[in-house]
Amino acid sequence: MRFLETVMGIPMSIDIREAEENVAAAAAERAFQVLRDADARFSSYRPDSELSRVNARGGDASGVSDDFAEVVGLGSTMAEASGGAFRIRRPDGTWDLDGVVKGWAADRAARSLSRGGLRDYCLNAGGDVAVSGSPGEGRPWNVGVRSPDSATEVLAVLEVRDVGVATSGAYERGAHIVDGRSGGAATGLRSATVVAADLTTADLLATAVFALGEDGIRWAMGNGARGVLAVDAAGRLLGLGELAFAGGGRPR
Amino acid sequence: MNNKSWRGTVLFTIILVVMGATVGLKLYGVGEQSTALSSAHATTTTPSATPTPSASSTPATTPTSSAAAPAPAATTKTVTGTAVDTRYGPVQVKVTFEGTKITAIDAIQYPTESGRDQEINSQAIPMLQQEAMSSQSAKIDTISGATYTSEGYIQSLQSAIDQR
Repeated sequence: MRFLETVMGIPMSIDIREAEENVAAAAAERAFQVLRDADARFSSYRPDSELSRVNARGGDASGVSDDFAEVVGLGSTMAEASGGAFRIRRPDGTWDLDGVVKGWAADRAARSLSRGGLRDYCLNAGGDVAVSGSPGEGRPWNVGVRSPDSATEVLAVLEVRDVGVATSGAYERGAHIVDGRSGGAATGLRSATVVAADLTTADLLATAVFALGEDGIRWAMGNGARGVLAVDAAGRLLGLGELAFAGGGRPR
Repeated sequence: MNNKSWRGTVLFTIILVVMGATVGLKLYGVGEQSTALSSAHATTTTPSATPTPSASSTPATTPTSSAAAPAPAATTKTVTGTAVDTRYGPVQVKVTFEGTKITAIDAIQYPTESGRDQEINSQAIPMLQQEAMSSQSAKIDTISGATYTSEGYIQSLQSAIDQR
């Protein structure tokens, strides 16, 4: 069963297998509510969001909600680990939490599906993926990694179970990821995909790897990534870690 | 984890041995982080596990047969490849696995003349690309990509998947 909704201006889909329809529908609705709540708190487009209110007072984060503090904490940890390449605070002191919020919220939404008793599902939040269990017959989920050159082609198909998979690139929304060390747009890679135990980590690392460039591939392996697949500026495919290509090592 | 999905994982990591030997040399220096692992665990050495960088025409055969060795438990194991002669000089690497995961890649021998690592990459990377390419025809359940807008979504493979 598949459930679709646009939240944060991003189309999101939840694919639930092996569950009763009413149970699945109720769980999907709760998951979408998690995402809507995150949007209400962290949208930079809504003047009444907590993020907008904090930024309106120059980024003063005193007295913020637990969720806000958690997101800032995740982002700060990653900013420090990446030597400042990953950035959540602008030079003027205001917060740019986009690199944290979507993966964090999608991860939380996915966990709400598990709490709702679902075991086999795939949640896709605008290209950030969390999978649990199996799509059927015990096989792993097959996650295609979009080619940076074409929306209708994949670089590779990865077999995964119970992980988060996130990809960063400049091909959809332009050069919006800043290398915080230079303040300029990150240009070392065209695409960076990270597989990690949870989607929060995968999404943070994918953004950080993209900001760091080629050096970030090895760095990510020491900071929670299970595998990294990237395309460099010259179009070469680079990879490191535990990545299972679909169909690998056996005839199809 | 069943044995089938294993083999894909191991095959890829073995191919990354070649990648790591070349990319790793360029990016990360030599000899980092292997000591703690090898002192904390008994290590075994299996010669001849590394395919030659020039074997890109038959990448699947050698690594698959040698790749069955690491146990599914997260045991630490080092694999030392035989030195292979490339036209740039001999290349030999040592790889540390924990289970299926590569935790360290160390070059034992490699061509030192500057500029040549780049050229060796041009041999190793097509092997990775071949593995990636052969996976492209697999059934796809979902797509990971850079965040798209509603407009981008309409053009996307994920949109097609959601409609089926």
